[in-house]
This record gives sequence, C-alpha cells and structure tokens, in this order.
Amino acid sequence: MKTTDLIQVEGLRRRFDLSEPWLVRLLARRPKRFLDAVNDVSFSIERGKTYALVGESGSGKSTIALMAVGLLRPSSGHILIDGHNLYDRSRSEAEHRRIRQRLQMVFQSPYASLNPRWRVGSILAEPLRVFGLTQGPKAETHRVHELLEQVGLSVSDASRFPHEFSGGQRQRISIARALASRPDFIVCDEPTSALDVSVQAQVLNLLKDLQKDLGLTYLFITHDLAVVRVMAHRIGVLKSGRLVEEEDTKRLIEFPQSDYTRMLIRSAPRIRPSDQVHAATIPVSVVGRSTPYR
Amino acid sequence: MTDSILSVRNLRVVIPHRHGKLVAIDNISFHIQRGEIIGFVGESGAGKSMTGAAIIGLIDPPGYIERGEIWLDNLRIDQSVRGDASLIRGKRISMVFQDPLTSLNPLRTIGDQLMETILTHLPVSAEAARKKAIAGLEEVDIDPSRFGAYPHEFSGGMRQRVVIALALCAEPELIIADEPTTALDVSVQAQVLDLLKRLCRERGASVMLITHDMGVIAETTDRVAVLYAGRLAEIGPTQTLLSNPKHPYTRGLIASTPSVESGDIGTHLFQIRGTMPRLDALPPGCRFHPRCEQIMARCRSEQPEVAKNGAACFLYEDD
Amino acid sequence: MISEKRFLRRFQESDFLHDFKRSPVTIVSFAVVVVLFLLAVFAEFVAPTNPFDVGSLNLMNGFTPPMQPNAFTGEVFPLGADDQGRDLLSAIIFGLRVSLFVGLTAVILAMVLGVSLGLLAGYRGGWVDSLIMRAADIQVTFPSILIAMLIFGVARGLLPPSMRNELAISVLIISIGLSEWVPFARTVRGTTLVEKEKEYVQAARLIGLSSGQIMLRHILPNVLSPVLVIATITLALAIIAEATLSFLGVGAPPTEPSLGTLIRIGQDFLFSGEWWILFFPAATLLALSLSVNLLGDWLRDILNPRLK
Repeated sequence: MKTTDLIQVEGLRRRFDLSEPWLVRLLARRPKRFLDAVNDVSFSIERGKTYALVGESGSGKSTIALMAVGLLRPSSGHILIDGHNLYDRSRSEAEHRRIRQRLQMVFQSPYASLNPRWRVGSILAEPLRVFGLTQGPKAETHRVHELLEQVGLSVSDASRFPHEFSGGQRQRISIARALASRPDFIVCDEPTSALDVSVQAQVLNLLKDLQKDLGLTYLFITHDLAVVRVMAHRIGVLKSGRLVEEEDTKRLIEFPQSDYTRMLIRSAPRIRPSDQVHAATIPVSVVGRSTPYR
Repeated sequence: MTDSILSVRNLRVVIPHRHGKLVAIDNISFHIQRGEIIGFVGESGAGKSMTGAAIIGLIDPPGYIERGEIWLDNLRIDQSVRGDASLIRGKRISMVFQDPLTSLNPLRTIGDQLMETILTHLPVSAEAARKKAIAGLEEVDIDPSRFGAYPHEFSGGMRQRVVIALALCAEPELIIADEPTTALDVSVQAQVLDLLKRLCRERGASVMLITHDMGVIAETTDRVAVLYAGRLAEIGPTQTLLSNPKHPYTRGLIASTPSVESGDIGTHLFQIRGTMPRLDALPPGCRFHPRCEQIMARCRSEQPEVAKNGAACFLYEDD
Repeated sequence: MISEKRFLRRFQESDFLHDFKRSPVTIVSFAVVVVLFLLAVFAEFVAPTNPFDVGSLNLMNGFTPPMQPNAFTGEVFPLGADDQGRDLLSAIIFGLRVSLFVGLTAVILAMVLGVSLGLLAGYRGGWVDSLIMRAADIQVTFPSILIAMLIFGVARGLLPPSMRNELAISVLIISIGLSEWVPFARTVRGTTLVEKEKEYVQAARLIGLSSGQIMLRHILPNVLSPVLVIATITLALAIIAEATLSFLGVGAPPTEPSLGTLIRIGQDFLFSGEWWILFFPAATLLALSLSVNLLGDWLRDILNPRLK
C-alpha cells in the first residue's frame, strides 16, 4: 500500500441471500439462492484524488458505495482508511466515532436524501451535534452559515424546508451536510444523475472546487462516462460485480483494453457532430441476444 | 403545408389554481413533417412533456388548452369531444412513455395487450390480429414464442421494445415518445432508439421525441426544438443547431454538457448562471434574460418571437 | 418570534383553512365539538346544580318533565328531572365530562402504544415485526368491545373490592385504549417501511445515530400525518365504546356516571312515559359522536391528496 493512498479496498465481496423462506424450500425441495453482487473487488484511492467506479445497473457499484462508507458490512474482504480497517469489531465506540467523522456520502436522489420535516439549519447542525464539533448555539449557527456559503447558498436558507428548493439546490445542501464533519473521504453516489444538464455542471464544478480547496478524496459512482472524464483521475469499470478494467482516466478512454469498456465508450451519446458514432457500429456480440435476459 | 402531418399554432396551456393561473406553455407554434423525427428538448419544467400531452389530449386536469389550434393533417384535434378523441388516440397518434414497468399491464400477457390494441383500432378478425401481433414482435426483435409471456419476465430494454411494438401496431401516423430511454442503461438505450428510428422510417411515421438528453437528440433526430420556461427558444435541423447554436440558452446547454471525447480532470464545465424560473415566478420580457450573458435593454421588457433562423432572440431580430 | 408569525400567516392563507370554510357540515361539526368540549371542561361553572350532592336532592322533584314547574316544589328543570330529582341538564354536563375524558385519554393511550409498536415493527423488521403484526391480526379478529370487556373483567377480578370504584375509570381507559391500538400500528408501520429506505435515513445511520434515535427524530415526524385522522375516528369509537360498557353496567361507576350510564338509567323509564330521562342523554351522545366522526371524515379527505 502506498503512503499516498487514503483508501484501500482488498478482495471485497458481498453476497445477498435471496432464498425463499425455509418452510417453502423444505416443502418444494429447493436450494438456497444467493446473489454475489460484489465479487473480489480490489482498488485503492490516492489522497486528494477522485476514483470513479463506472458500471451499468446491476454492476454492484451502489453496493460498493455503501460498504465503502460503513453502511453495509462486506461478506469478506477489507476496506482500509489510512490503514484502519473500517469494519473492525474490536474497536471502541470512541475510535469508531473518530473514523465515522472522516467518511461521508452524497446520495443520488435530491428528494429522498433530506428529511422533509426538518429545516435545513437543523439538517446541517445534526452532524455537528452528534460529533460534538461546536460548543454552544452561536458557534453552531456560525458553522452552519459557513457551510451554506461554502456551497453557494445563502444564510437565510437555514430556516427553510427542503421542499422549498430545486433539485440542484438540494444537492448542494446534501454536499454541505457531508462537509459538516470535515471529512477526508466522500463517496458520491451518482450525485448528478437526477439533475438537468445545466444544473449538473454547477454541482460538478462545486465538487471539483471543494476537492481543490479542502483536499478531499472522492469515490465517484456513475454510469456516465462523459462525467467521469472531467471528474476522475482514475477509473474502475465494473461489470456484474467484478472489476473488468482499471486505469488512469485519459488512458482508459483513449486506449480501452476490454471489450466491455469499449462498448461503454461507444454507447456514450455524443453531441457534437464530429463525435458521433453510429449505433450500428457498436459490436452486437457484446450487447445483443447472447446477453442473458434478466 | 401538405407535407406536415401535425401543425400546432399559438398553443397556450394553463393550469388554474386558487390564486390565479400558471402558464405552462406560452404561444408555441411548429409543424411536424411526414416521416420526420423531431426532438423536443428542455430541462424539467420547460413544458416539453406538456406539449406532447396537449397534442394527444392527455393533459392532467385542472390544466387545459386555453388558446391555439392543433391540426392533424387537415383535422382539428384540440377541441375533440370525448368520442372522437379515442378514434385518434392510439390509432393515428400513439404514445410511448418513459417507464415500461407501468405502461404495460402486469396482469396480462404481452400478446394479449398487442391484440387488444390491434382489435380496438383496426377492422380485422381475431386471427388476423394475432398474426399482426406476432409480426409486430418480430419487428422489434423479440422472439414470437414469448407471445404468452408477462411483462415482468422481460428486462427493461425488452419491455420498451414491447411498448414500441404496441405503439406501432395500429399503424399510427405520429408517435409521441416521452423520455423513452431515460430509465434504460446506456448500452440498451442505443439499441432501442435505433429500433424506433428504423421502424418509423420504414413506415413513414413521424416521431416526436421528448427528452432532456442532448445526446439522444443528436443521434436520433432530424430536427430539434429547444424549450425554455414554456416557450420555444430555438428550432431547426439537428446537426445545424448542434454545431452552430444561436440562442444563448442553447449555446449554454451544449457547452455545459460534458463529452466523452474531450476534457480531463482540469476541465471546468461551462455553467449557465442561475436556474430556470418556476412557473409562478416567470420574469418579464424574455424568460431567459436573468441568466443571459448577451442581454440587451429590450430583453427585460419584450418577449422575442422565433426569427427566420429559428432562434427566439433579439440578437437575430434583423436576420 | 418571526417563525410564529409566519406560521400564523401560512395557516391563514393555507388550503386547509380555505377548504374548512367551504364545508358547512364541517363547520357545524367543529362548532358542536367545541361547545360540548367547553361544557365538559367548565362543568362546575356551567351546570345549574351539582347532581352529585345528595343533600341537595329533593325526592319530590322526581320525574319532573322538562320546562314544567314541579307540582310539589315549583322548581323548573330545563331538561327535566330523573327518578331521584336530579337535574338532567347538570347530570348530562357532568356525564359528558366523564365520556370525553375517558374517550380522549383512551385514544391517547392507543395512539402512543400503536405508533410505538408500528415504528418498532416497521424499522426493525424480522421477528419483531412478525410478532407485533401477528398480535395485531389476532386482536383484530375480536370486536374491540369484547376485548375491552375482557380486560375490564380481568382487572376487576384482580382488584380488591374497596378499590373498584376508584379505579374503575382508569381501568376503563386502559381497556378501551388497549383495544384500539391496531389501526395506528398498521398505518405507521406501512409508512415506516417506506421511509426507512430513503437516503436521509442512511445519512443518519452514517453519522452513527442509534435505531431509537433515528426512529424518534427522523422517521416519527414523517409518519404522523395519517395519525391525526385515525385518532379522530378512534375518538368517536372510544366514546361509543365507553358508552356501551357503561350501558352494560361494566363501565363508569355509579359515583361518576357517564352518558352511557345515564342512558341505562333512562332506559328503565322509557315506556312508563318519562321519555326525557333517556332522550336527552342519548341525543347528546349522538351529537358528540356524530360530530367527531364527521370531523374525522373531513380531515381524512382533506389530508389525503396532500399525502402524495
């Protein structure tokens, strides 16, 4: 492990038990059914850089996101932050808290990621209170205002409710909440997939600026290769729970090694006429009828 | 124009509420030619889905068409009484929705649903309808042996193909597709769009493709209309508009879209400042003026109409 | 404070008030409930006599019809007098107080119990969920009156006779409350199941909040909207349940008669011509439960589309 790596993922596996209830299985003589959503995935993320996990639906990228941030225990394998194992059961509660402070997440849905009954100020103050980061109401309010301004919102927004904001603004609030505990590592799970193109540009630029100013490390989950090109230093391509290819961004896009990566790149829609690839040239063998229907 | 299958003139759709009314679509006019694929692009709330709903007569109440005319060939359809509407809807104009999970009845086989649509709109026997249904499935590359399968047995992309088969089986002249590929993976998206394009060309049917995705527009449509806050910002041939956009909003939209072909980690994406106004807070004059980099004095008070070059902007008033 | 003024303004301009003003049935129901509630609260000041003061009763006043001076004493009773010379109006007002008190407290008990169990079942899932839901299923197969009687009977049997009258009201409240928790639990469980999958709950887990903290602070505020409707409807049910139990003689004690008790007393005299002893308490009970029911119906219709 390089000393420049903040996050290291080794042999990550996650299996889901999809079996029917035991009585049904007993009577119908059926075996248990499992889904290996993540199968032996290993990668590392350098401090202050962005690593993107690219994949289609069912690739396991959201499962990895949950495991990377401490919300889902892996079936086997490790996730290390600065050398500390994230899922160490022997750890004390205080140590656990210190590690939790360093991890945060920005979610995909701007509508479901903020509690609709809480005011924005309370949403941002919660991590401050839980981690004991500010002393007294004045310091807390000051920090809440600081966070709002950091993401381009105004101080008066603290007394409003989430439904009074647009999708892009809600994502900004989510980002502000993620910044509250001064984390080192933020997992961004498709943060702009639900946003319009012009709003997406604003949010992506904000994330880039924050990375520069605060030295943040990102794990960026997405299905959009165009977004990845401008957001990530390094890309890992995920297919059915396995890492198919892993490379620095520019090299992966310009010289893809695997067929799957090539297919993803060719399928990405191009706007400028000179960029356009006719759909018929996407190799049918990769995507056509040989692909088992789910 | 005998070449146009659909003609919309000065359409105005409003949604009344307790304190007044919201103008969802404000004075839009356009034609759709026979056999062409025209895209309607815009961000959420721009009015593109509402335009499609107005044409097919499915605006959610209390919204309604306040002014304007919609002509299908030489038949006026915006004032259709209940009975007439069902003759047009499904037969001459059909629709493809975004979510294949909810647009197919989960309790009936796909074969049943195809036959029901055929028998409703075409004067054929049950036997002939069945043959047509099977032919329809083959056309969208679905094995006819799956005639008796239920929607949940198919993947998302295949379900959308079934929906396309449904939309085509009554031999419509116009298909309105509202975000048909948004819920699909990118690899499947290309296939489905290609299929739609090919089949419509073969039958000479026109397509109104509603989407927020510029990439879909670029690869599928002949012409494109850009909507902003309920008005037309720009309309024109797709390749021309994309390589040489004229309206500042269109320019901003294209510039803020990242491309897989260029850029790197150091690229700062172009961003249009501000956000699209809500329908209850529309600015006076040109709807886009608070965000425009090339704003002029008259933009604050007067609304531009679509000029000869296709852009609704005072920069081109004299072209 | 600024936020309170804003709240008042928002309420005045809200659709809630607007729809309320447009429904005459609701306005009347609301008025009736308010009037009856105030009567019950201020019973001591409103009632012309104290019906429990045995010393003030004059047996000669017995069976005086409404608004007619008594043949022997010349006293006038607005709603008549019962067999012991008690002023019926006063008896009804105090009886209303008992009915409302039992009804309200029983509903609060049912609500707290039901909401807690619903949250627990929905959030925890697994065997906790199964246990609670099966208990609910079993309870619901019995009419709630029978359950209330069962609990009441068991409690009665366990308590020494000297305490029975004193605790009768408490036991009544507990038995009705325990029989009405299921609708609360089921509705709250359903909403909890939906809410717990939302990302704001994940965000709360991310910073290390415990399940209890998440249930209480994050999920509870989002599952409460249907609870108000259920509470109003359950209040009507509780009032009727109490009246039924008292009518059957197993509810309110004779020292604190409720409307149900008065109805039972009046029943004996219906066919001997003293109709008012039954009629007025029954009419009051009808007015109360009908108004509460209508209010609950309106609330449910009004809050429904907004739940989207």
